[in-house]
Amino acid sequence: MRGPTILGLATVAAAAVLLELLVASGVLPAYIFVRPSAILFSIVGLFREEALLERLLVTLGATLLSAAMAVVSGVSLGWALHRCRLLDEIFGTWIAALAAAPLILLYPLFLVVFGRGEPTIIAMAYVASLVAMTLKTRDGLAGVRSVLRAVGSSFRVTSAQLFWKIELPAAAPAIFTGIRLALIFALINVIGIEFMINDGGIGGLIADLADRYEVPSMYAAILFVVLASVAFFWATERAERWFNPA
Amino acid sequence: MVQPRISSRLRARARRQWIAAAAFVGYLVLWQLIARAGIFYEGVIPSSIAILRALYEIAFDRALYLNTAVTAFEVAVAISIGCGCGLALGLLGGAVRIIGSAYEPYVHYLAPTPKIVFLPVLLLFFGVGFGTKIALGALSAFFPMAIATLAGVRSVDPVLLRVGRSFNLSRLQLALKIYLPALRAPVLTGLKLGFGFALIGVLLAEIKLSNAGLGFMAIQYYNHFEMAELYALMVIIFLLAGGANALVDQLMPRRWGG
Repeated sequence: MRGPTILGLATVAAAAVLLELLVASGVLPAYIFVRPSAILFSIVGLFREEALLERLLVTLGATLLSAAMAVVSGVSLGWALHRCRLLDEIFGTWIAALAAAPLILLYPLFLVVFGRGEPTIIAMAYVASLVAMTLKTRDGLAGVRSVLRAVGSSFRVTSAQLFWKIELPAAAPAIFTGIRLALIFALINVIGIEFMINDGGIGGLIADLADRYEVPSMYAAILFVVLASVAFFWATERAERWFNPA
Repeated sequence: MVQPRISSRLRARARRQWIAAAAFVGYLVLWQLIARAGIFYEGVIPSSIAILRALYEIAFDRALYLNTAVTAFEVAVAISIGCGCGLALGLLGGAVRIIGSAYEPYVHYLAPTPKIVFLPVLLLFFGVGFGTKIALGALSAFFPMAIATLAGVRSVDPVLLRVGRSFNLSRLQLALKIYLPALRAPVLTGLKLGFGFALIGVLLAEIKLSNAGLGFMAIQYYNHFEMAELYALMVIIFLLAGGANALVDQLMPRRWGG
């Protein structure tokens, strides 16, 4: 293990030990700060009584479903915007504006339309991921070198062949980045909306534990969200590098 | 040759504007048709006329300006704290290599974590009020600024640093003459991203548990099922967010020569 990695881990461990000592000795109030040992003990209870694993799977399922829908429709929409200039002129600016807009704030509207539950969570995550996926696909296709298209034309490929054999492989790096962004946006939105509406997977569990004032379990659940996000982000980054080594 | 090129550019611009205007009218008509089609429960999708009327009423309501002032104040303080801390960490991590290598992975991987889940912890610390909302906004703004600054410090051309050292520049002179100009662009990017995240953090905190601000106003409309007002307020929030973003885009580079 390298020196900086050891320093980073040692800092986290030292902070945990210091917190444990300060709370145990009463220097820090126990109703706000929780001993790291109490957080670790409460993890067992989270798995047994709060069905943490099932909750994590619910969150993961909603994330993958909304991201998959966003990838399918985002690639199609991005391709349509690339192919039809008029369509791009009508929708392109609005979609680009949506990319910078705080879309998650629309969730009260989604609640009214879809009701309080999974459909709202999935729909919200889908919309947030769709924008990134569409823009990345359109930009990827626009960036395909014209010489590649010219080679395709000289071989008299059909428009379907042009897309599958030339444009899609050439735009793959941008599309993979879009897929990674779609997955990350979907996860952030799924957990965020679950927390806001007190429903669904791990985000809903945190809100639930906070309402019941079960502070150590709440901290443990937040720790799980952080770990799950880090693992997810790391995995998507690795997958993108594996698919797209350039 | 210049004249025809300019006129064709103007024509293309005018065409784009016409298309944008026509698309906007098209959206309004489509919305009206959906509202009248009866696909959704009554009131869920109010007519575009009802939304425009609500927009007009809210625009003359004092509550909008009071709540906007609250949100703007919270976002401004959150950006100052969050971006300030992010900048400090980025500069420290960039200047002292072992600190950068040790802690950058934590910043990098914690950045995409949904910050809203920290709201219950912040509520324990600060209670219901300004403190919690500002803290969530600051936490959200911290990461983009820290990441942008760390990357900026690392991208400073080593040749410039060597030239600076060969002229026996002090640390302060190195910071002012070489690092600061090189960091302008990444810091501005961090500030822009930080603004967006801080705004989302503050508004979500207002929606979840608060008694003032635009987020609180939105959730009040939702609770009373005042749908036209809710849609109208969302339009206002998006316009304000877009306007503030455009302002950051337009003003900053001009003022600081970026």
